[in-house]
Amino acid sequence: MILVWLLLIPFIGGTLCWLLERAHAGSDMPRWIATATMLAVLGLTVWLWLTGNYHLAGVIGDQPDWGTEFRVDWIERFGISFHLAVDGLSLIMLMLTCFLGLLAVLCSWQEIDRRIGFFHLNLLWIIGGVVGVFLAIDLFLFFFFWEMMLVPMYFLIALWGHSGSRGATRITAATKFFIYTQASGLLMLVSILGLVFVHYNHTGEFTFDYNVLRDTPIGGVLGYVLMLGFFIAFAVKLPTVPLHGWLPDAHAQAPTAGSVDLAGILLKTAAYGMLRFAIPLFPDASAHFAPVAMALGLVGIYYGAVLAMAQQDVKRLIACSSISHMGFVLIGIYAGTLLALQGVIIQMVAHAFSAAGLFILSGQIYERIHTRDMRRMGGLFPRLGSLPGFALVFVLASLGLPGTANFIGEFLILVGTFGVAPVVVVLAGGGLVLGAVYSLVLMHRVYWGPAQGRAELAGLNGREYLTLLMLLALIIGIGIYPQPVLDVSQTAMTEVQHWFTDVRPRPETP
Amino acid sequence: MTLTGTDLFALLPVLLVLGTALAVLVSVAVSRQHFVNATITVVGLNAALVSLLLVLRATPESVTDLVVIDDHTVLYTALILVASLACSTLAHAYLDGYPGRREEFYMLLLTAVSGGIILAASQHLAALFIGLELLSVPLYGMAAYTYRDHRSLEAGLKYMVLSAAASAFLLFGMALLYAATGTLQINELGAAIDSGVTHRSWLVIGTGMMVIAIAFKLSLVPFHLWTPDVYEGAPAPAAAFLATVGKVAVFAVLVRLFQSAPATADATLHQMIAALALISMIAGNLLALRQNNLKRLLGYSSIAHMGYITVAIVATGSLAVEAAGMYLITYVLATLGAFGVLTLVSSPYDGTDAGAVHNYRGLFWRRPYLAAVMTVMMLSLAGIPSTAGFIGKFYVIALGVQSELWWLVGGIVLGSAIGLYYYLRVMVVMYLFEPGERRRDAAHDWGQRSGGIMVLLIALAVMGIGLFPQPLIRLVEAAGLGSG
Repeated sequence: MILVWLLLIPFIGGTLCWLLERAHAGSDMPRWIATATMLAVLGLTVWLWLTGNYHLAGVIGDQPDWGTEFRVDWIERFGISFHLAVDGLSLIMLMLTCFLGLLAVLCSWQEIDRRIGFFHLNLLWIIGGVVGVFLAIDLFLFFFFWEMMLVPMYFLIALWGHSGSRGATRITAATKFFIYTQASGLLMLVSILGLVFVHYNHTGEFTFDYNVLRDTPIGGVLGYVLMLGFFIAFAVKLPTVPLHGWLPDAHAQAPTAGSVDLAGILLKTAAYGMLRFAIPLFPDASAHFAPVAMALGLVGIYYGAVLAMAQQDVKRLIACSSISHMGFVLIGIYAGTLLALQGVIIQMVAHAFSAAGLFILSGQIYERIHTRDMRRMGGLFPRLGSLPGFALVFVLASLGLPGTANFIGEFLILVGTFGVAPVVVVLAGGGLVLGAVYSLVLMHRVYWGPAQGRAELAGLNGREYLTLLMLLALIIGIGIYPQPVLDVSQTAMTEVQHWFTDVRPRPETP
Repeated sequence: MTLTGTDLFALLPVLLVLGTALAVLVSVAVSRQHFVNATITVVGLNAALVSLLLVLRATPESVTDLVVIDDHTVLYTALILVASLACSTLAHAYLDGYPGRREEFYMLLLTAVSGGIILAASQHLAALFIGLELLSVPLYGMAAYTYRDHRSLEAGLKYMVLSAAASAFLLFGMALLYAATGTLQINELGAAIDSGVTHRSWLVIGTGMMVIAIAFKLSLVPFHLWTPDVYEGAPAPAAAFLATVGKVAVFAVLVRLFQSAPATADATLHQMIAALALISMIAGNLLALRQNNLKRLLGYSSIAHMGYITVAIVATGSLAVEAAGMYLITYVLATLGAFGVLTLVSSPYDGTDAGAVHNYRGLFWRRPYLAAVMTVMMLSLAGIPSTAGFIGKFYVIALGVQSELWWLVGGIVLGSAIGLYYYLRVMVVMYLFEPGERRRDAAHDWGQRSGGIMVLLIALAVMGIGLFPQPLIRLVEAAGLGSG
């Protein structure tokens, strides 16, 4: 039942925010309710973490080692059930979601001053949808939430976004985001249905249950095509390079809370989908596809970095750097060794924190100097109180300096992949240099260089300070002692690795 | 040939609807009271709806050679009745401000409904023709009802001329079929085709011509040219009726035709219909992209939706009949809701409908629940989960995958992606805050009026079906043609 509450609380809280705004226009109540809601959900996930037993890898069986499960029949006609479950992988993602959701509420405290209630409705419904994605293990239910979370995100960007230059309005950006994701999502639906009908033809029974469908013997061309359907849907969201067109626009146009959610959570649903569905459901096809996926990851690392260097807009720069970071994640996932997969988890968590931090910072700078254009910044270091100090740490984390969580993630991914695909690792290592370049460019152009003005700008207030401090503590904390995270995901990742590489022979990879 | 008591009992819904039409006629002769006549209509339609429950015990019942009342008929009749109930409540709100004569609209509507029911029940080509004409002829009048507005008149005339041409095709096709097989009975037609016919080409041409006529009624590309103009010109309740009842009844008979007389076994014809479906999905969505008029936009979107649903005709999978039923129900609900909001915003009639998309700017901040209803409808038409439209789309894609119609599945995916663009545009406009626009608003107490309540109920139904589709699925499954 706790899982159902986890899912319901954000939706209820969101509705409450809106109703309150209608009753008492202009009050701050929706913000407090949203904060309380996020705290409640975060509390629930922490409780799940403390009471659950995730770090003892038992015998790796055919079924994932679910910590808690909830299941009721939903649409009997197709054997669809309302099936929620948690294992280490989803738990980490859930905690991440709830934590960043809280940050998103906190960082929009001043930025959003119109239609607060409806804003928080959308914000909380996004969280609800994402929680659903991480909990659902019925494929229909997964798809249900996967598509459903797009609607509030669309509203968030379209209604509270910033209209950029060159005719890139917030509505275009939002529509682009929606269409990219929905179209690729439908491909996934086709794949899901293909899988279900293959199972149906084998057994004469409709089911969308992950546990059952995982045993469907499916290989050859059909398996490959169905796997591609899943992969494309996730690759768009990750994003992987030829399918990344929506990301810079969506990020640049979105309000800060939207960017935090996008970078911190929505991109992670894609990696989660690959780890949970694309690989375990089609291990054979995925193994064949691994070289291509890794190549795409490499392209992403370099292309994202090069794009980032050319940006004038702070948020676009951070968005493009996400493409680069997600390239590492893609490589790690398809390397398939335990070490690389664990690295993927850390990298996702670390990137969520560092990107969220950078987005929040650029939001705060925007509130003070009303621009996101780096040509109009410069020399801000002495003028903003303690803000630039935080920025320095997040930038260093983003370039993967040892001592930050990002370093652990990238390091584990590269070490784990080396045994499987040394060439890829060598090439990806070069990407790290580019990462350092664009990070330092960001630092230099925004905070150093010739100053555009002399006046002292407002420093951080208590709320902003607290938000950034929490992020900072987590980045450094995980950077120094990542074991708690690794413990939680150990079993889940061992399972993925087992199904992916141990059961079936691996083909040669470059 | 005599009609027994059971026969008459089975015909109860049609008789009730026709009786109501007569009652309205008499009542109009006595006194022109808009409210009274609207009430008679609604009561009559409700009575017909309730009578379906009784009729359900007697099914399947073949009444003469012409019509058959089986579960399939009952399902589609129910859908037709519900849709026309919604249309008449909308018409009441809409016509309240109409300066001309208002009451005849209900007579036309009721006649068209009876035509629709006969069409859904027909098992004979003659009944098919009678039903189709009985459905179409009153529609000319309904489309041109606000004839002082030249666009309405144009809509009526355009629909009449093109519809008559389609009827000619239909008759010619039937004649050829009769010449080839010697029967007009749909079942026997199927049997005759199975046993082999000497004049194979006549059969193909005959069926092809019938398909053209029906494709015209369903407005599949390239027989769609009338659709946007008629949707735009016709008064909103009439357009709603055309978009729902007009499609449901025709589709009901199409399903029966192709399930009992598998003319689709012919490869050419099969591919032709598949091609029609594919072009409709793509072209309908593409044409809708540039529309700034909501009614035209809905017209083009209905073309696309008819394209999706035609997959159920092409497909051979076991899900076909069920998918057709589910998709039609979800489509009808969403269309009714969208037209309902449009009608409420345009009500009472004051010369033009609130068709332009910019009329809806900022609606959410003035009439939040009405805008929320419209949002749900747009999401449902776009097929987003948690709305009924998704269940329909899920069915059609499942059917396409099951029957391995990869081209059509690709068309659905592509069409949906394109379609999102304009559905989202309509949706987001309602949330933009822009002072200074000329405002068209629903009346303040819209929620307490019958039209408003109806729209809210539809929104609830759309969400309900989206979240808990199982009861409806069971219903539609039970009404499959096999059990009839």
